[in-house]
Amino acid sequence: MRINLASVLVDDQEKALRFYTEVLGFAEKTNVPLGEHRWITVVSPQDPDGTQLVLEPDEHPAVKPFKKALVADGIPFTSFAVDDVRAEYERLRGLGVRFTQEPADMGPVTTAVLDDTCGNLIQIARQTGG
Amino acid sequence: MHNVLCVGDVFKALADPTRRAILDELADRNGQTLFEICSRLAAKHGLGSSRQAISQHLDVLEAAGLVEASREGRYKFHYINTAPLEPIVERWLKKTGKDDGGRVGTGAGTRREEST
Repeated sequence: MRINLASVLVDDQEKALRFYTEVLGFAEKTNVPLGEHRWITVVSPQDPDGTQLVLEPDEHPAVKPFKKALVADGIPFTSFAVDDVRAEYERLRGLGVRFTQEPADMGPVTTAVLDDTCGNLIQIARQTGG
Repeated sequence: MHNVLCVGDVFKALADPTRRAILDELADRNGQTLFEICSRLAAKHGLGSSRQAISQHLDVLEAAGLVEASREGRYKFHYINTAPLEPIVERWLKKTGKDDGGRVGTGAGTRREEST
């Protein structure tokens, strides 16, 4: 068994695709109609055959209150690995991205938390030790 | 009467080591989400408290006026407020400073405080 997909629940698939590709820098892997929505996945250009991130509609009524509660407490829905958290923070800030947590050393990891504009907070992290 | 109660709340709030650690972290960077506070306490202080427990500690600090929570859009940030500590300074420290200002004993004590 292996993990080939992970999802983020987004409020608007087209907006999400723009943010996850043009701002975060992922590459579109799949984009096909599926029912009333689309099946959209992105991958890291550094790992094009790796785990795909599904940009999934957040339509279910339970999702919005869940997302809202996480955002209010600053809790990221998921985390992506970067080589340099501070450099990535500066780059994304330059593109107008809102951070709810500036880069901070948290023991063996350095982390920062950003708003994906689709109703989620996302952590970027680099493992620095142990 | 009100002031007396407030000072009591401040001392009660400061009596707990987790709450002092929260203030330390907010002094390091002011304006943190609950998530960041919890992460810092776990990673930097080795505290295994639950999010609910930290949230309750923040409520105590807020009631004492030492922490202010502010909603900014969809996010909630916590800020340290040192104003409730000022009456303590006024009451003992400043008075001592005025009376013993130039004396060697006070100076040595101050330096020792700073070095810890």
